[in-house]
Amino acid sequence: MIQLENVSKRFGGLTAVHNCSFSIPTGQITGVIGPNGAGKTTVFNMIAGLLQPSSGQIFLDGEDITSLPAHKRQSKGLYRTFQLAHEFSRMTVVENLMVAADSSIGENVFNAIFRPSIFQKHEHAAYDKAMETLRFLEIEKLQDELAGNLSGGQKKLLELGRTLMQTPKVILLDEIGAGVNRSLLSKIAVKIQQLNDDFGYTFCLIEHDLDYVSRLCDEVVVLAQATVLTTGTIDKIKRDERVVEAYFGGGKYEGAHA
Amino acid sequence: MELSGLFFYFVSFLTMAGIYAVICLALNIQWGFGGLFNAGIAGFYAIGAYSAAIITSTAASNNVGGFQQSIFVGMAVAAVIAGLVGWGIARLCVSLKSDYLAMATIGIAEIIRLIIVNEEWLTNGSLGVSNIPRPFEGVFKGQTAEIVFVLFVWMIVLLTYFISHRLHKSPWGRALRAIRDNEDAAESIGKDTHSFRTQTFVIGAIFMALAGALSAHYFKYFSPDATEPILITFLAWVMLIAGGSGNNKGAIAGALIVWAIWSMTEILTGFLPSEWATRSSYMRMLLIGLFLQFVLQRYRSGLLPERAPKLDKLRRS
Ligand SMILES: Nc1ncnc2c1ncn2[C@@H]1O[C@H](COP(=O)(O)OP(=O)(O)OP(=O)(O)O)[C@@H](O)[C@H]1O
Ligand SMILES: [Mg+2]
Repeated sequence: MIQLENVSKRFGGLTAVHNCSFSIPTGQITGVIGPNGAGKTTVFNMIAGLLQPSSGQIFLDGEDITSLPAHKRQSKGLYRTFQLAHEFSRMTVVENLMVAADSSIGENVFNAIFRPSIFQKHEHAAYDKAMETLRFLEIEKLQDELAGNLSGGQKKLLELGRTLMQTPKVILLDEIGAGVNRSLLSKIAVKIQQLNDDFGYTFCLIEHDLDYVSRLCDEVVVLAQATVLTTGTIDKIKRDERVVEAYFGGGKYEGAHA
Repeated sequence: MELSGLFFYFVSFLTMAGIYAVICLALNIQWGFGGLFNAGIAGFYAIGAYSAAIITSTAASNNVGGFQQSIFVGMAVAAVIAGLVGWGIARLCVSLKSDYLAMATIGIAEIIRLIIVNEEWLTNGSLGVSNIPRPFEGVFKGQTAEIVFVLFVWMIVLLTYFISHRLHKSPWGRALRAIRDNEDAAESIGKDTHSFRTQTFVIGAIFMALAGALSAHYFKYFSPDATEPILITFLAWVMLIAGGSGNNKGAIAGALIVWAIWSMTEILTGFLPSEWATRSSYMRMLLIGLFLQFVLQRYRSGLLPERAPKLDKLRRS
Protein backbone atom coordinates (compact mmCIF):
# COMPACT_ATOMS: atom_id res chain seq x y z
CA MET A 1 0.00 0.00 0.00
CA ILE A 2 1.13 3.50 -0.80
CA GLN A 3 0.06 6.30 1.47
CA LEU A 4 0.38 10.02 0.95
CA GLU A 5 0.11 12.19 4.02
CA ASN A 6 -0.38 15.92 3.59
CA VAL A 7 1.88 15.97 0.56
CA SER A 8 2.47 19.36 -1.05
CA LYS A 9 4.60 20.48 -3.93
CA ARG A 10 5.40 24.06 -4.77
CA PHE A 11 7.23 25.24 -7.87
CA GLY A 12 8.35 28.71 -6.91
CA GLY A 13 5.10 30.60 -6.43
CA LEU A 14 2.91 27.90 -7.97
CA THR A 15 1.40 25.24 -5.74
CA ALA A 16 0.98 22.20 -7.95
CA VAL A 17 -0.09 19.87 -5.14
CA HIS A 18 -1.54 21.04 -1.86
CA ASN A 19 -1.94 18.92 1.28
CA CYS A 20 -2.90 15.75 -0.54
CA SER A 21 -3.64 12.63 1.47
CA PHE A 22 -4.87 9.41 -0.08
CA SER A 23 -3.80 5.82 -0.38
CA ILE A 24 -3.31 3.27 -3.10
CA PRO A 25 -4.42 -0.01 -1.51
CA THR A 26 -2.46 -3.18 -2.21
CA GLY A 27 -3.92 -5.47 -4.81
CA GLN A 28 -6.36 -2.92 -6.14
CA ILE A 29 -6.57 -0.80 -9.23
CA THR A 30 -6.90 2.81 -8.23
CA GLY A 31 -7.74 5.57 -10.67
CA VAL A 32 -6.63 9.17 -10.49
CA ILE A 33 -8.72 11.63 -12.46
CA GLY A 34 -8.94 15.38 -12.65
CA PRO A 35 -8.77 18.29 -15.07
CA ASN A 36 -5.61 19.32 -16.88
CA GLY A 37 -3.08 20.85 -14.54
CA ALA A 38 -4.76 19.42 -11.44
CA GLY A 39 -1.46 18.00 -10.22
CA LYS A 40 -1.87 14.33 -11.12
CA THR A 41 1.49 13.88 -12.82
CA THR A 42 3.21 15.83 -10.08
CA VAL A 43 1.80 13.39 -7.53
CA PHE A 44 3.14 10.47 -9.58
CA ASN A 45 6.54 12.11 -9.82
CA MET A 46 6.67 12.40 -6.05
CA ILE A 47 5.60 8.80 -5.49
CA ALA A 48 8.23 7.67 -7.99
CA GLY A 49 10.93 9.83 -6.41
CA LEU A 50 11.55 12.10 -9.36
CA LEU A 51 10.36 15.09 -7.35
CA GLN A 52 10.79 15.75 -3.66
CA PRO A 53 7.64 16.91 -1.88
CA SER A 54 7.89 20.40 -0.40
CA SER A 55 6.19 18.97 2.65
CA GLY A 56 4.39 15.82 3.72
CA GLN A 57 5.32 12.16 3.65
CA ILE A 58 4.96 9.16 1.39
CA PHE A 59 4.86 5.59 2.69
CA LEU A 60 5.26 2.30 0.90
CA ASP A 61 3.96 -0.61 2.99
CA GLY A 62 4.47 1.47 6.11
CA GLU A 63 8.03 2.48 5.25
CA ASP A 64 8.74 6.18 4.82
CA ILE A 65 10.13 6.55 1.29
CA THR A 66 9.72 10.32 1.03
CA SER A 67 13.39 11.01 0.43
CA LEU A 68 14.46 7.69 -1.09
CA PRO A 69 16.24 8.29 -4.44
CA ALA A 70 14.17 7.36 -7.49
CA HIS A 71 16.47 4.55 -8.61
CA LYS A 72 16.14 2.80 -5.25
CA ARG A 73 12.35 2.60 -5.48
CA GLN A 74 12.43 0.17 -8.37
CA SER A 75 14.01 -2.50 -6.18
CA LYS A 76 11.05 -2.06 -3.84
CA GLY A 77 8.79 -3.02 -6.70
CA LEU A 78 7.65 0.47 -7.62
CA TYR A 79 7.40 1.12 -11.37
CA ARG A 80 5.95 3.93 -13.42
CA THR A 81 5.30 5.07 -16.96
CA PHE A 82 5.53 8.64 -18.15
CA GLN A 83 2.78 10.76 -19.64
CA LEU A 84 5.11 12.03 -22.35
CA ALA A 85 6.93 8.99 -23.67
CA HIS A 86 10.39 8.66 -22.16
CA GLU A 87 11.87 6.15 -24.56
CA PHE A 88 15.60 5.54 -24.88
CA SER A 89 15.59 7.04 -28.33
CA ARG A 90 18.94 5.94 -29.72
CA MET A 91 18.55 2.37 -28.53
CA THR A 92 16.63 -0.36 -30.29
CA VAL A 93 13.18 -1.39 -29.14
CA VAL A 94 14.38 -4.70 -27.75
CA GLU A 95 17.24 -2.98 -25.94
CA ASN A 96 14.74 -0.55 -24.41
CA LEU A 97 13.15 -3.51 -22.68
CA MET A 98 16.31 -5.49 -21.95
CA VAL A 99 17.76 -2.55 -20.10
CA ALA A 100 14.85 -2.80 -17.67
CA ALA A 101 15.59 -6.45 -16.88
CA ASP A 102 17.60 -7.48 -13.86
CA SER A 103 21.18 -7.22 -15.16
CA SER A 104 22.98 -6.26 -11.99
CA ILE A 105 25.87 -8.69 -12.58
CA GLY A 106 26.54 -7.34 -16.05
CA GLU A 107 26.17 -3.79 -14.85
CA ASN A 108 29.26 -4.22 -12.72
CA VAL A 109 32.03 -2.58 -14.70
CA PHE A 110 34.65 -5.22 -13.87
CA ASN A 111 32.40 -8.04 -14.95
CA ALA A 112 31.57 -6.09 -18.10
CA ILE A 113 35.24 -5.84 -19.08
CA PHE A 114 36.82 -9.00 -17.70
CA ARG A 115 34.11 -11.62 -17.21
CA PRO A 116 31.43 -11.25 -19.86
CA SER A 117 30.70 -14.97 -19.77
CA ILE A 118 29.18 -14.83 -16.30
CA PHE A 119 26.21 -12.75 -17.37
CA GLN A 120 25.40 -14.51 -20.63
CA LYS A 121 22.65 -16.53 -19.00
CA HIS A 122 21.03 -13.36 -17.72
CA GLU A 123 21.31 -11.83 -21.17
CA HIS A 124 19.45 -14.77 -22.68
CA ALA A 125 16.74 -14.46 -20.06
CA ALA A 126 16.49 -10.70 -20.57
CA TYR A 127 16.21 -11.12 -24.33
CA ASP A 128 13.56 -13.82 -24.09
CA LYS A 129 11.53 -11.80 -21.62
CA ALA A 130 11.84 -8.70 -23.79
CA MET A 131 10.62 -10.59 -26.86
CA GLU A 132 7.74 -12.09 -24.94
CA THR A 133 6.72 -8.61 -23.80
CA LEU A 134 7.05 -7.19 -27.32
CA ARG A 135 4.86 -9.95 -28.67
CA PHE A 136 2.21 -9.16 -26.09
CA LEU A 137 2.34 -5.50 -27.05
CA GLU A 138 2.18 -6.52 -30.74
CA ILE A 139 5.33 -4.60 -31.62
CA GLU A 140 7.76 -7.50 -31.91
CA LYS A 141 8.38 -6.69 -35.57
CA LEU A 142 9.91 -3.41 -34.46
CA GLN A 143 12.48 -5.06 -32.22
CA ASP A 144 15.50 -3.71 -34.11
CA GLU A 145 14.05 -0.29 -34.84
CA LEU A 146 15.41 2.68 -32.91
CA ALA A 147 12.90 3.62 -30.24
CA GLY A 148 13.14 7.26 -31.28
CA ASN A 149 11.57 6.32 -34.63
CA LEU A 150 8.42 4.79 -33.12
CA SER A 151 5.04 6.48 -33.27
CA GLY A 152 3.63 8.15 -30.18
CA GLY A 153 1.36 5.24 -29.33
CA GLN A 154 4.09 2.68 -29.87
CA LYS A 155 6.33 4.59 -27.50
CA LYS A 156 3.63 4.43 -24.83
CA LEU A 157 3.46 0.67 -25.30
CA LEU A 158 7.20 0.46 -24.85
CA GLU A 159 6.81 2.39 -21.58
CA LEU A 160 4.30 -0.15 -20.40
CA GLY A 161 6.56 -3.00 -21.47
CA ARG A 162 9.40 -1.62 -19.41
CA THR A 163 7.38 -1.96 -16.22
CA LEU A 164 6.72 -5.63 -16.95
CA MET A 165 10.32 -6.76 -17.33
CA GLN A 166 10.74 -7.64 -13.66
CA THR A 167 8.33 -8.43 -10.84
CA PRO A 168 6.63 -5.22 -9.87
CA LYS A 169 4.49 -4.68 -6.83
CA VAL A 170 3.02 -1.33 -7.72
CA ILE A 171 2.73 0.09 -11.22
CA LEU A 172 1.88 3.74 -11.80
CA LEU A 173 0.48 4.36 -15.27
CA ASP A 174 0.31 7.98 -16.41
CA GLU A 175 -2.25 8.18 -19.23
CA ILE A 176 -1.14 4.90 -20.75
CA GLY A 177 -4.09 5.05 -23.11
CA ALA A 178 -3.35 8.42 -24.67
CA GLY A 179 -2.60 7.82 -28.32
CA VAL A 180 -3.05 4.06 -28.24
CA ASN A 181 -5.60 2.52 -30.58
CA ARG A 182 -8.82 1.25 -29.05
CA SER A 183 -8.49 -2.46 -29.67
CA LEU A 184 -5.01 -2.57 -28.22
CA LEU A 185 -6.18 -0.39 -25.37
CA SER A 186 -8.84 -2.87 -24.37
CA LYS A 187 -6.27 -5.61 -24.70
CA ILE A 188 -4.10 -3.68 -22.28
CA ALA A 189 -7.07 -3.34 -19.95
CA VAL A 190 -7.50 -7.10 -20.01
CA LYS A 191 -3.80 -7.52 -19.27
CA ILE A 192 -3.92 -5.06 -16.38
CA GLN A 193 -6.93 -6.88 -14.97
CA GLN A 194 -5.17 -10.20 -15.40
CA LEU A 195 -1.92 -9.06 -13.77
CA ASN A 196 -4.00 -7.70 -10.94
CA ASP A 197 -6.08 -10.87 -10.53
CA ASP A 198 -3.34 -13.47 -11.03
CA PHE A 199 -0.31 -11.84 -9.44
CA GLY A 200 -1.91 -9.23 -7.21
CA TYR A 201 0.00 -6.36 -8.77
CA THR A 202 -1.22 -3.03 -7.48
CA PHE A 203 -2.06 -0.46 -10.15
CA CYS A 204 -2.62 3.23 -10.03
CA LEU A 205 -3.60 4.89 -13.26
CA ILE A 206 -4.11 8.44 -14.34
CA GLU A 207 -6.67 8.49 -17.13
CA HIS A 208 -8.95 11.03 -18.75
CA ASP A 209 -11.18 8.40 -20.37
CA LEU A 210 -13.82 7.77 -17.72
CA ASP A 211 -15.15 4.66 -19.41
CA TYR A 212 -11.73 3.14 -19.17
CA VAL A 213 -11.49 4.15 -15.53
CA SER A 214 -14.89 2.72 -14.66
CA ARG A 215 -14.05 -0.49 -16.43
CA LEU A 216 -10.85 -1.08 -14.46
CA CYS A 217 -10.77 0.82 -11.22
CA ASP A 218 -12.00 -0.14 -7.80
CA GLU A 219 -11.50 3.26 -6.24
CA VAL A 220 -11.03 6.65 -7.80
CA VAL A 221 -9.19 9.70 -6.47
CA VAL A 222 -10.34 13.00 -7.91
CA LEU A 223 -7.78 15.79 -7.96
CA ALA A 224 -8.77 19.34 -8.78
CA GLN A 225 -6.81 22.53 -8.33
CA ALA A 226 -3.98 20.81 -6.51
CA THR A 227 -6.13 19.15 -3.86
CA VAL A 228 -8.02 15.90 -3.41
CA LEU A 229 -11.59 16.76 -4.19
CA THR A 230 -13.00 13.41 -3.22
CA THR A 231 -12.34 9.68 -3.33
CA GLY A 232 -14.64 6.73 -3.75
CA THR A 233 -16.11 4.27 -6.23
CA ILE A 234 -16.69 5.43 -9.76
CA ASP A 235 -20.45 5.46 -9.33
CA LYS A 236 -20.23 7.60 -6.24
CA ILE A 237 -17.83 9.95 -8.03
CA LYS A 238 -20.11 10.35 -11.01
CA ARG A 239 -22.97 11.45 -8.83
CA ASP A 240 -20.86 13.98 -6.93
CA GLU A 241 -21.99 17.51 -7.78
CA ARG A 242 -18.55 19.02 -7.18
CA VAL A 243 -16.88 16.49 -9.44
CA VAL A 244 -19.33 17.14 -12.20
CA GLU A 245 -18.69 20.84 -11.78
CA ALA A 246 -14.90 20.68 -11.54
CA TYR A 247 -14.18 17.93 -13.95
CA PHE A 248 -16.93 17.59 -16.45
CA GLY A 249 -17.50 21.31 -16.76
CA GLY A 250 -21.20 21.10 -15.98
CA GLY A 251 -21.92 17.74 -17.58
CA LYS A 252 -20.39 18.37 -20.96
CA TYR A 253 -18.45 15.16 -20.70
CA GLU A 254 -20.69 12.55 -22.29
CA GLY A 255 -19.13 9.67 -20.41
CA ALA A 256 -20.44 11.17 -17.21
CA HIS A 257 -23.90 10.03 -18.10
CA ALA A 258 -22.90 6.71 -19.55
CA MET B 1 66.24 7.42 -49.49
CA GLU B 2 63.17 9.31 -50.63
CA LEU B 3 61.13 6.23 -49.99
CA SER B 4 62.40 5.58 -46.49
CA GLY B 5 61.90 9.25 -45.64
CA LEU B 6 58.27 8.87 -46.69
CA PHE B 7 57.99 5.66 -44.73
CA PHE B 8 59.18 7.29 -41.55
CA TYR B 9 56.93 10.24 -42.12
CA PHE B 10 54.14 7.69 -42.24
CA VAL B 11 55.40 6.04 -39.04
CA SER B 12 55.36 9.34 -37.18
CA PHE B 13 51.91 10.07 -38.59
CA LEU B 14 50.63 6.72 -37.34
CA THR B 15 52.17 7.29 -33.93
CA MET B 16 50.37 10.56 -33.37
CA ALA B 17 47.15 9.27 -34.92
CA GLY B 18 47.33 6.31 -32.54
CA ILE B 19 47.71 8.60 -29.53
CA TYR B 20 44.69 10.57 -30.73
CA ALA B 21 42.79 7.35 -31.30
CA VAL B 22 43.18 6.52 -27.60
CA ILE B 23 41.86 9.99 -26.68
CA CYS B 24 38.94 9.58 -29.08
CA LEU B 25 38.02 6.16 -27.75
CA ALA B 26 38.07 7.63 -24.24
CA LEU B 27 35.90 10.54 -25.34
CA ASN B 28 33.59 8.09 -27.07
CA ILE B 29 33.02 6.26 -23.80
CA GLN B 30 32.25 9.56 -22.09
CA TRP B 31 30.25 11.30 -24.78
CA GLY B 32 29.24 8.62 -27.28
CA PHE B 33 27.98 6.14 -24.70
CA GLY B 34 27.50 8.32 -21.64
CA GLY B 35 26.49 11.71 -23.02
CA LEU B 36 29.06 13.44 -20.80
CA PHE B 37 30.28 16.64 -22.40
CA ASN B 38 33.94 16.71 -21.38
CA ALA B 39 35.49 19.90 -22.72
CA GLY B 40 38.57 19.53 -20.54
CA ILE B 41 40.28 16.61 -22.27
CA ALA B 42 43.57 18.50 -22.36
CA GLY B 43 43.61 18.57 -18.56
CA PHE B 44 43.54 14.78 -18.19
CA TYR B 45 45.98 14.39 -21.05
CA ALA B 46 48.36 16.76 -19.24
CA ILE B 47 47.97 14.93 -15.94
CA GLY B 48 48.90 11.69 -17.66
CA ALA B 49 51.82 13.17 -19.55
CA TYR B 50 53.34 14.90 -16.54
CA SER B 51 52.77 11.98 -14.18
CA ALA B 52 54.52 9.62 -16.57
CA ALA B 53 57.25 12.14 -17.35
CA ILE B 54 58.10 12.85 -13.70
CA ILE B 55 57.98 9.20 -12.65
CA THR B 56 60.11 7.87 -15.49
CA SER B 57 62.54 10.73 -16.24
CA THR B 58 66.16 9.71 -15.89
CA ALA B 59 67.36 13.02 -14.50
CA ALA B 60 65.57 16.13 -13.32
CA SER B 61 66.69 19.72 -13.71
CA ASN B 62 64.97 21.95 -11.18
CA ASN B 63 61.88 19.97 -10.35
CA VAL B 64 61.17 16.71 -8.61
CA GLY B 65 62.01 13.75 -10.79
CA GLY B 66 64.82 11.47 -11.75
CA PHE B 67 62.96 8.54 -10.25
CA GLN B 68 63.94 6.40 -13.24
CA GLN B 69 60.92 4.15 -12.88
CA SER B 70 59.89 1.85 -15.69
CA ILE B 71 57.44 3.06 -18.30
CA PHE B 72 54.79 0.67 -17.08
CA VAL B 73 55.03 2.03 -13.57
CA GLY B 74 54.77 5.53 -15.05
CA MET B 75 51.64 4.63 -17.00
CA ALA B 76 50.08 2.98 -13.97
CA VAL B 77 50.75 6.06 -11.85
CA ALA B 78 49.38 8.31 -14.60
CA ALA B 79 46.22 6.21 -14.74
CA VAL B 80 45.75 6.21 -10.99
CA ILE B 81 46.27 9.96 -10.60
CA ALA B 82 43.99 10.82 -13.51
CA GLY B 83 41.42 8.36 -12.21
CA LEU B 84 41.45 9.97 -8.78
CA VAL B 85 41.24 13.50 -10.17
CA GLY B 86 38.48 12.39 -12.53
CA TRP B 87 36.62 10.79 -9.66
CA GLY B 88 36.80 13.97 -7.59
CA ILE B 89 35.57 16.08 -10.48
CA ALA B 90 32.86 13.59 -11.34
CA ARG B 91 31.53 13.56 -7.79
CA LEU B 92 31.02 17.30 -8.04
CA CYS B 93 30.06 17.91 -11.66
CA VAL B 94 28.81 14.79 -13.32
CA SER B 95 25.15 15.43 -12.60
CA LEU B 96 25.28 18.81 -14.29
CA LYS B 97 23.39 19.15 -17.55
CA SER B 98 25.73 18.72 -20.45
CA ASP B 99 26.41 22.37 -21.29
CA TYR B 100 27.19 23.12 -17.65
CA LEU B 101 29.43 20.09 -17.44
CA ALA B 102 31.27 21.44 -20.47
CA MET B 103 31.87 24.75 -18.76
CA ALA B 104 32.97 23.10 -15.53
CA THR B 105 35.46 20.84 -17.33
CA ILE B 106 36.89 23.73 -19.35
CA GLY B 107 37.50 25.53 -16.09
CA ILE B 108 39.08 22.52 -14.46
CA ALA B 109 41.40 21.92 -17.42
CA GLU B 110 42.48 25.54 -17.20
CA ILE B 111 43.21 25.15 -13.48
CA ILE B 112 45.32 22.09 -14.22
CA ARG B 113 47.17 24.04 -16.87
CA LEU B 114 47.85 26.93 -14.50
CA ILE B 115 49.17 24.55 -11.88
CA ILE B 116 51.50 23.00 -14.44
CA VAL B 117 52.80 26.36 -15.59
CA ASN B 118 53.23 27.81 -12.11
CA GLU B 119 54.30 24.96 -9.83
CA GLU B 120 57.88 24.85 -11.01
CA TRP B 121 59.08 22.55 -8.24
CA LEU B 122 56.78 19.88 -9.68
CA THR B 123 56.75 20.44 -13.42
CA ASN B 124 59.67 22.76 -14.15
CA GLY B 125 57.12 25.35 -15.30
CA SER B 126 57.14 26.51 -18.87
CA LEU B 127 60.54 24.93 -19.49
CA GLY B 128 58.99 21.50 -19.27
CA VAL B 129 60.25 18.08 -18.27
CA SER B 130 63.03 16.47 -20.28
CA ASN B 131 64.99 13.20 -20.18
CA ILE B 132 61.82 11.17 -20.60
CA PRO B 133 62.65 7.64 -21.79
CA ARG B 134 61.00 5.62 -24.54
CA PRO B 135 59.93 2.03 -24.08
CA PHE B 136 62.63 -0.56 -24.92
CA GLU B 137 65.12 2.21 -25.58
CA GLY B 138 68.02 0.09 -24.45
CA VAL B 139 67.20 -2.66 -26.94
CA PHE B 140 66.20 -0.82 -30.09
CA LYS B 141 68.02 2.14 -31.56
CA GLY B 142 67.44 4.71 -34.26
CA GLN B 143 64.79 3.99 -36.82
CA THR B 144 63.91 0.60 -35.42
CA ALA B 145 62.97 2.39 -32.22
CA GLU B 146 60.45 4.49 -34.14
CA ILE B 147 58.82 1.34 -35.47
CA VAL B 148 58.82 -0.30 -32.06
CA PHE B 149 57.18 2.77 -30.58
CA VAL B 150 54.42 2.96 -33.14
CA LEU B 151 53.67 -0.71 -32.47
CA PHE B 152 53.60 0.01 -28.76
CA VAL B 153 51.15 2.88 -29.30
CA TRP B 154 48.84 0.77 -31.43
CA MET B 155 48.90 -2.01 -28.88
CA ILE B 156 47.51 0.51 -26.41
CA VAL B 157 44.95 1.57 -29.03
CA LEU B 158 43.87 -2.05 -29.42
CA LEU B 159 43.67 -2.53 -25.68
CA THR B 160 41.53 0.60 -25.33
CA TYR B 161 39.35 -0.53 -28.21
CA PHE B 162 38.92 -3.97 -26.69
CA ILE B 163 37.87 -2.57 -23.32
CA SER B 164 35.54 -0.03 -24.88
CA HIS B 165 33.99 -2.70 -27.07
CA ARG B 166 33.34 -4.96 -24.08
CA LEU B 167 31.82 -2.05 -22.18
CA HIS B 168 29.63 -1.13 -25.11
CA LYS B 169 28.04 -4.52 -25.56
CA SER B 170 27.61 -5.29 -21.86
CA PRO B 171 24.58 -4.50 -19.70
CA TRP B 172 26.79 -1.79 -18.18
CA GLY B 173 27.02 -0.05 -21.55
CA ARG B 174 23.34 -0.55 -22.20
CA ALA B 175 22.39 1.07 -18.91
CA LEU B 176 24.80 3.90 -19.65
CA ARG B 177 23.26 4.56 -23.06
CA ALA B 178 19.82 4.51 -21.48
CA ILE B 179 20.97 7.16 -19.01
CA ARG B 180 22.36 9.19 -21.91
CA ASP B 181 19.04 8.99 -23.74
CA ASN B 182 16.73 9.65 -20.81
CA GLU B 183 17.92 10.15 -17.29
CA ASP B 184 14.49 10.14 -15.62
CA ALA B 185 13.38 6.95 -17.30
CA ALA B 186 16.68 5.30 -16.42
CA GLU B 187 16.19 6.23 -12.78
CA SER B 188 12.67 4.83 -12.91
CA ILE B 189 14.01 1.41 -13.90
CA GLY B 190 16.50 1.46 -11.07
CA LYS B 191 19.69 2.76 -12.67
CA ASP B 192 21.89 4.76 -10.33
CA THR B 193 22.63 7.47 -12.87
CA HIS B 194 25.12 9.31 -10.71
CA SER B 195 27.19 6.20 -10.11
CA PHE B 196 27.21 5.17 -13.79
CA ARG B 197 28.26 8.62 -14.88
CA THR B 198 31.00 8.81 -12.29
CA GLN B 199 32.41 5.47 -13.47
CA THR B 200 32.23 6.62 -17.07
CA PHE B 201 34.00 9.86 -16.37
CA VAL B 202 36.77 8.07 -14.47
CA ILE B 203 37.31 5.45 -17.18
CA GLY B 204 37.52 8.16 -19.83
CA ALA B 205 39.93 10.21 -17.70
CA ILE B 206 42.22 7.20 -17.29
CA PHE B 207 42.54 6.57 -21.02
CA MET B 208 43.02 10.25 -21.77
CA ALA B 209 45.89 10.18 -19.27
CA LEU B 210 47.37 7.10 -20.92
CA ALA B 211 47.35 8.97 -24.22
CA GLY B 212 49.16 11.82 -22.49
CA ALA B 213 51.74 9.41 -21.10
CA LEU B 214 52.31 7.95 -24.57
CA SER B 215 52.94 11.37 -26.03
CA ALA B 216 55.40 12.25 -23.24
CA HIS B 217 57.38 9.13 -24.09
CA TYR B 218 57.16 9.87 -27.78
CA PHE B 219 58.45 13.44 -27.56
CA LYS B 220 60.89 12.57 -24.75
CA TYR B 221 60.30 16.10 -23.59
CA PHE B 222 57.05 17.60 -22.41
CA SER B 223 56.14 21.23 -21.83
CA PRO B 224 52.84 23.07 -21.28
CA ASP B 225 52.77 23.97 -25.00
CA ALA B 226 51.86 20.37 -25.79
CA THR B 227 48.64 20.62 -23.76
CA GLU B 228 47.03 23.39 -25.83
CA PRO B 229 43.24 22.83 -25.74
CA ILE B 230 43.12 23.54 -29.47
CA LEU B 231 45.57 20.77 -30.14
CA ILE B 232 44.00 18.22 -27.81
CA THR B 233 40.41 18.98 -26.83
CA PHE B 234 39.28 20.63 -30.05
CA LEU B 235 40.89 18.11 -32.38
CA ALA B 236 39.63 15.14 -30.35
CA TRP B 237 36.07 16.43 -30.54
CA VAL B 238 36.30 16.98 -34.29
CA MET B 239 37.71 13.47 -34.70
CA LEU B 240 34.93 11.82 -32.72
CA ILE B 241 32.08 13.77 -34.26
CA ALA B 242 33.39 13.30 -37.80
CA GLY B 243 34.26 9.63 -37.23
CA GLY B 244 30.97 8.74 -35.57
CA SER B 245 30.07 9.37 -31.96
CA GLY B 246 28.98 6.18 -30.23
CA ASN B 247 31.01 3.97 -32.55
CA ASN B 248 34.44 2.72 -31.45
CA LYS B 249 35.63 2.09 -34.99
CA GLY B 250 34.37 5.53 -35.91
CA ALA B 251 36.46 7.04 -33.13
CA ILE B 252 39.60 5.42 -34.52
CA ALA B 253 38.73 6.28 -38.12
CA GLY B 254 38.07 9.89 -37.13
CA ALA B 255 41.45 10.12 -35.41
CA LEU B 256 43.25 8.78 -38.51
CA ILE B 257 41.42 10.97 -41.01
CA VAL B 258 41.45 14.22 -39.07
CA TRP B 259 45.08 13.77 -38.08
CA ALA B 260 45.92 13.16 -41.73
CA ILE B 261 44.19 16.38 -42.72
CA TRP B 262 45.75 18.28 -39.86
CA SER B 263 49.22 17.07 -40.89
CA MET B 264 48.60 17.97 -44.51
CA THR B 265 47.44 21.45 -43.64
CA GLU B 266 50.83 21.93 -42.02
CA ILE B 267 52.47 21.26 -45.37
CA LEU B 268 49.97 23.54 -47.11
CA THR B 269 50.43 26.44 -44.75
CA GLY B 270 54.18 26.06 -45.27
CA PHE B 271 53.65 27.45 -48.76
CA LEU B 272 51.97 30.59 -47.47
CA PRO B 273 53.80 33.90 -47.77
CA SER B 274 55.84 34.67 -44.67
CA GLU B 275 53.60 37.47 -43.42
CA TRP B 276 50.83 34.84 -43.13
CA ALA B 277 52.96 32.36 -41.27
CA THR B 278 51.94 33.62 -37.83
CA ARG B 279 48.34 33.02 -38.72
CA SER B 280 48.87 29.53 -40.04
CA SER B 281 47.44 27.75 -37.04
CA TYR B 282 44.18 29.66 -37.46
CA MET B 283 44.11 28.71 -41.11
CA ARG B 284 44.52 25.09 -40.15
CA MET B 285 41.67 25.28 -37.70
CA LEU B 286 39.51 26.87 -40.33
CA LEU B 287 40.26 24.03 -42.72
CA ILE B 288 39.43 21.44 -40.05
CA GLY B 289 36.19 23.26 -39.32
CA LEU B 290 35.29 23.20 -43.01
CA PHE B 291 36.06 19.50 -43.13
CA LEU B 292 33.71 18.85 -40.22
CA GLN B 293 30.98 20.86 -41.95
CA PHE B 294 31.49 18.85 -45.10
CA VAL B 295 31.30 15.51 -43.29
CA LEU B 296 28.23 16.41 -41.24
CA GLN B 297 26.36 17.68 -44.30
CA ARG B 298 26.70 14.27 -45.85
CA TYR B 299 26.82 11.98 -42.85
CA ARG B 300 24.74 13.41 -40.07
CA SER B 301 25.92 10.95 -37.45
CA GLY B 302 29.52 10.80 -38.61
CA LEU B 303 31.25 8.51 -41.07
CA LEU B 304 30.54 5.38 -39.03
CA PRO B 305 27.31 6.02 -37.10
CA GLU B 306 26.42 4.44 -33.79
CA ARG B 307 25.15 0.90 -34.04
CA ALA B 308 23.41 -1.17 -31.41
CA PRO B 309 25.44 -4.16 -30.21
CA LYS B 310 24.60 -7.36 -32.07
CA LEU B 311 22.16 -9.66 -30.35
CA ASP B 312 22.63 -12.63 -32.69
CA LYS B 313 23.97 -14.85 -29.94
CA LEU B 314 20.83 -14.30 -27.94
CA ARG B 315 18.51 -14.90 -30.88
CA ARG B 316 19.70 -18.45 -31.42
CA SER B 317 17.60 -19.77 -28.57
N1 LIG C 1 8.62 20.99 -13.07
C1 LIG C 1 7.65 21.92 -12.95
N2 LIG C 1 7.97 23.22 -12.79
C2 LIG C 1 7.01 24.15 -12.65
N3 LIG C 1 5.70 23.89 -12.69
C3 LIG C 1 5.31 22.62 -12.87
C4 LIG C 1 6.27 21.56 -13.01
N4 LIG C 1 5.59 20.40 -13.16
C5 LIG C 1 4.29 20.73 -13.13
N5 LIG C 1 4.12 22.04 -12.94
C6 LIG C 1 2.83 22.75 -12.82
O1 LIG C 1 2.07 22.05 -11.87
C7 LIG C 1 0.71 22.01 -12.25
C8 LIG C 1 0.23 20.59 -12.26
O2 LIG C 1 0.85 19.90 -13.32
P1 LIG C 1 0.66 18.34 -13.58
O3 LIG C 1 1.54 17.96 -14.69
O4 LIG C 1 0.81 17.60 -12.32
O5 LIG C 1 -0.86 18.29 -14.06
P2 LIG C 1 -1.73 17.05 -14.52
O6 LIG C 1 -2.84 16.91 -13.55
O7 LIG C 1 -0.88 15.87 -14.75
O8 LIG C 1 -2.34 17.59 -15.90
P3 LIG C 1 -2.61 16.82 -17.28
O9 LIG C 1 -3.92 16.14 -17.17
O10 LIG C 1 -2.67 17.92 -18.29
O11 LIG C 1 -1.48 15.90 -17.52
C9 LIG C 1 0.63 22.69 -13.60
O12 LIG C 1 0.16 24.00 -13.40
C10 LIG C 1 2.04 22.71 -14.11
O13 LIG C 1 2.29 23.85 -14.87
MG1 LIG D 1 -0.33 14.75 -16.33
